[in-house]
Amino acid sequence: MFLTDITTAQAGLYGLLGYSVVFFGLILLMVVVMIIGKCFIAADKKKKEKAEKTVIPAPVAEAPAAPGAAGDLKLHNVEPKIAAMLMAIVADKLGKPLNELRFLSIREVEE
Amino acid sequence: MEILYENLLKFQWQDIVMILLGCLLIFLAIKKEMEPSLLLPMGLGTILVNIPGSTALIGPIQELYGAGIANELFPLLLFIGIGAMIDFGPLLTNPKLMLFGAAAQFGIFFTLSMASVFFPEAKDAASIAIIGAADGPTSIAVANTLGSNYVGAITVAAYSYMALVPVIQPPVIKALTTRKERMIRMPYEQKSVSKTTRIMFPIIITIVASAIVPDATALIGFLMFGNLIRECGVLDSLSETAQNVLANLITIFLGISVAFNMVADKFLRVDTLLIMGLGLIAFIVDTAGGVLFAKLINVFSKKKINPMIGAAGISAFPMSGRIVHKMGLAEDPQNHLLMHSIGVNVSGQIASVIAGGIILSMFGG
Repeated sequence: MFLTDITTAQAGLYGLLGYSVVFFGLILLMVVVMIIGKCFIAADKKKKEKAEKTVIPAPVAEAPAAPGAAGDLKLHNVEPKIAAMLMAIVADKLGKPLNELRFLSIREVEE
Repeated sequence: MEILYENLLKFQWQDIVMILLGCLLIFLAIKKEMEPSLLLPMGLGTILVNIPGSTALIGPIQELYGAGIANELFPLLLFIGIGAMIDFGPLLTNPKLMLFGAAAQFGIFFTLSMASVFFPEAKDAASIAIIGAADGPTSIAVANTLGSNYVGAITVAAYSYMALVPVIQPPVIKALTTRKERMIRMPYEQKSVSKTTRIMFPIIITIVASAIVPDATALIGFLMFGNLIRECGVLDSLSETAQNVLANLITIFLGISVAFNMVADKFLRVDTLLIMGLGLIAFIVDTAGGVLFAKLINVFSKKKINPMIGAAGISAFPMSGRIVHKMGLAEDPQNHLLMHSIGVNVSGQIASVIAGGIILSMFGG
């Protein structure tokens, strides 16, 4: 029963129906995505718990502080947060782990 | 000697107007950067098909039109590229945002009633209404499948208004919200989304959406296929190709072959102006629908939502999301709404495709 001509009243009715179906569809999708998201989170948690149970941590001697760690580093007009970010970026760009790099000081260059 | 001016004498004023329109589209594409990838080929195509005696050229364009638009192939292929470009992460961290995508489709169904006043043929009224999807490929696919007489005008309206989203949306949002509402902060909780969830998402959306609206299967399927290529992690080169080469190539073909409908006798009508007006109404009502829905949610919710994010549900991705973010920053430089608005924006993309499928199932033959 497909229409060839449509009156304004019919269009209004179809519009209302269509809008409701869009809402219904999106609500259904939302619910499905939420349920699946929760399932995966629960599965991940179980995996982590299992892994924690199976691996018995061996007693480890306290690791020496990495060279370039906060103790050695001098900051001049730079917040520790920004310094940490800069060090991480440099390490990433060089492709080397952070604890293999030695940062002596970070200074903000003022023009 | 006669051969030099024989063809010039065939020019009629309608041809000249259309050629000027083609020049205007090229101007808007280059100077104003309004959807240049589509408006530029459309502009040149419009000039080409309106030169008298250009039948030798119309032939190949008609072939291209038949091979790619009449059978919906180009819009669908373009959806692969769009799907590969979209990151559904912000939506996956907060699936409730999907509701705003649904709300912002109000313009489509409101315009359906309005269009029926001027265009009593159901296929035309429905095709004009889908301009409100704010999604070019969906508009072209729906208008073509329904066999509308106004595919050219609908395409121009859909893409022009998508480009004009930064001009259309802000005044509507401002008119419907107070400064206090626009300043509502929405802290973003950074949640990691597992790779499995990202891979499962396009598959689930395809199955569920197609089951609800079978007519949307092709649209949603191609969109999600593109997204699956992106997220699977083993097809990076295909994902890159879909996002760049495929999308660009199809856009070129789409633009030039849509121009096949931009001939004077089909385009230079009062109807075209009406379609442009109705398209504008659709975009305005879409925006209003999203904003008002967010305000409605705020009445019942303890945790207030910035109502501006509702406007991002109109699907024009990613422009609409960015506009809302910018408007939030303009009111309060510390108010970062981007992740929320982009989440709503991508849900609008899904909602518009579903709305397109619903229109097809209601009015398709």
